[in-house]
Amino acid sequence: MNEIAALPKLLPWAPERNGGAPPETPAAAKPSPGLADLVLLPLRLAWRQLRAEKSRLLAAMAGVMFACVLVFMQLGFRGALFDSATNLLGAMRADIFLVHPMTDASFRPEPLPRARAFQALADPDVEIAVPIYLSQSTWRNPETGRRRAVQLIGLDAGAGAVTFPGLEGIAEALKRPDTVAFDSRSRPEFGPIGQLFAERGAFDVQLGTRRVELVGIVEIGPSFGADGNVVMSETNFQRITQRAASNTDLVALKLREGADPAAVRGRLRALLPGDVEIMTHAELVAHERAYWENGTPIGFIFVFGSLMGLVVGMVIVYQILFSDIASHIAEYATLKAMGYSNFYLTRVVMGSAMILAVIGFIPGFGLSWFLYDLVGKATFLPLHMQPERALTVFLMIFSMCAIAGIFAVRKLRDANPADMF
Amino acid sequence: MKKPPVELRDITFAYGAGELRRVVLREVDLSIAPGEIVLLTGPSGSGKTTLLTLIGALRAMQQGTARVLGQELAGASEAERVRLRRRIGFIFQNHNLLGFLTARQNVAMSMELDGGMTEAQRLRRAGEMLDAVGLSGHAEKPPAQLSGGQRQRVAVARALAGDPGLILADEPTAALDKVSGQEVVHLLRDLARGRGVPILLVTHDPRILDIADRIVAMEDGRIVQAETATAG
Ligand SMILES: Nc1ncnc2c1ncn2[C@@H]1O[C@H](COP(=O)(O)OP(=O)(O)OP(=O)(O)O)[C@@H](O)[C@H]1O
Ligand SMILES: [Mg+2]
Repeated sequence: MNEIAALPKLLPWAPERNGGAPPETPAAAKPSPGLADLVLLPLRLAWRQLRAEKSRLLAAMAGVMFACVLVFMQLGFRGALFDSATNLLGAMRADIFLVHPMTDASFRPEPLPRARAFQALADPDVEIAVPIYLSQSTWRNPETGRRRAVQLIGLDAGAGAVTFPGLEGIAEALKRPDTVAFDSRSRPEFGPIGQLFAERGAFDVQLGTRRVELVGIVEIGPSFGADGNVVMSETNFQRITQRAASNTDLVALKLREGADPAAVRGRLRALLPGDVEIMTHAELVAHERAYWENGTPIGFIFVFGSLMGLVVGMVIVYQILFSDIASHIAEYATLKAMGYSNFYLTRVVMGSAMILAVIGFIPGFGLSWFLYDLVGKATFLPLHMQPERALTVFLMIFSMCAIAGIFAVRKLRDANPADMF
Repeated sequence: MKKPPVELRDITFAYGAGELRRVVLREVDLSIAPGEIVLLTGPSGSGKTTLLTLIGALRAMQQGTARVLGQELAGASEAERVRLRRRIGFIFQNHNLLGFLTARQNVAMSMELDGGMTEAQRLRRAGEMLDAVGLSGHAEKPPAQLSGGQRQRVAVARALAGDPGLILADEPTAALDKVSGQEVVHLLRDLARGRGVPILLVTHDPRILDIADRIVAMEDGRIVQAETATAG
């Protein structure tokens, strides 16, 4: 009764076909798979396993996405704040600057003697020296009447040592008493000044306790220390702030055509006393940025925020991978019994981790881009999705998942094929 | 004359160490001839499963020598044991199919470590194996949609698809009712016979003794009797 006839049909190797002689069984070792199979087959198995459990997959995706958005936002804010922190100095272009060595940030300058500007002129290659005065006052919004702290910048605009976008055309107008130019990129709380100026030309505004005439528009942008900027001549600055002219905050030097800035710098260093530091524009901006990055906890806050996001994401991915292994422990043990090595199964788990990194990053990237746009518009912070930042975040997310995978892989040891019987 | 696929000499094996040490196999000698179907029976705790896991290279040997498919297991490295397992078809009491794969993909898993086959060949071969175990219409179903007997038949197809040199099965019918249990072991026997693959099958189930060429009984870690079956 146990005849082959019980089978649905005759098999290719049925004894009836070859007269009962057993065929040669290739029980010898088989060729090992190629490199592509060694990588892609575990990856495919990982994907099939992830895909089978939709809610778990969604939870993992959400976790990675969350970490991704958090890191993108933190790095975005960090970059934007540091970029905008240096808006004021970044906009002021000159060949060489003199600052007091103890000045850390432009909103809190250490004064240096105005005489240093004229001493610098002793060098044959220094053509013009312009003292720059920095101070703070309040600006009354012409529409709502509210007052708000604003940065004042006093300098001789006509001298041509310092250039701001928009400054050249209004240098003459600024020479008149009680005239100012306003930074149209200031925060909107100061009023729609650019628009009003375009509509009706010059008009009167209140700066501190004085009435001054707005005669032009420049472009600088808000920075950490200042929500808005007002530019005026040296004389007007002194009238408004009642400050003595003997001390200044920054000196901009214009060099003669063809002068070597490094050589000039060396000579100035020898010429000037120790109460000035000589910097190029790039150095001045970097100096200011370094203050915000290193001299304040702001940089750390964002790094900490990013790390928290990565840690939370890692824990979620670890949990998902761990429970995936734990709930399939018998299957993993079976695979081991079938000759799958520990290393192969490790590749499956790491493959899952990589897949989670990619499928969590893509929506996280999209959402972050959208949020950059949204939040950038609401806060006036320059939030831009830069390719380098996207790559950095991807590498962070990838490492996060890889570390979670490495932790989860240890669970594979519990899959013991000898326990399967 | 071909060399016997399984040749055990003086196998002694103990679990635990020190005071907890318990010897479960004592000086076991056992050979399986090419194409032979051997049933291993005996009371619970007599060491049948332990012997099977040693032959299957799932445990490291302690004493004695064991030559399985040409590989000496005494002192074999983990890598050598893993390689040997690829040439053995295992059938467990529970089917242990991967729940997230279809029947066909499950069977194909036993060939994915074989570099000589393409994906299309693996899937075609898996389909043929499923046809051979009478599951033609069920190839694309996940295990959850199959009955217990059907799942165990998928496991039989998986064990055989990789062209093993030996089949090891531990109570493959324990979770099945009488009819499907007999169906499964008869299928297994017919397929293995047709290809000359020897089988070592542990069972308590007297209803399936008829498939054996030889029945080996164990008691307290020793082989107590071996009889050549007349049925067949
Ligand atoms: N992993 C282990 N660790 C310690 N002792 C074990 C282990 N596995 C089995 N044993 C013991 O070894 C002895 C033999 O077990 P084994 O599983 O080989 O018996 P068996 O003949 O297969 O029994 P059954 O018919 O119940 O499956 C038993 O006394 C058991 O308690
Ligand atoms: Mg047992």
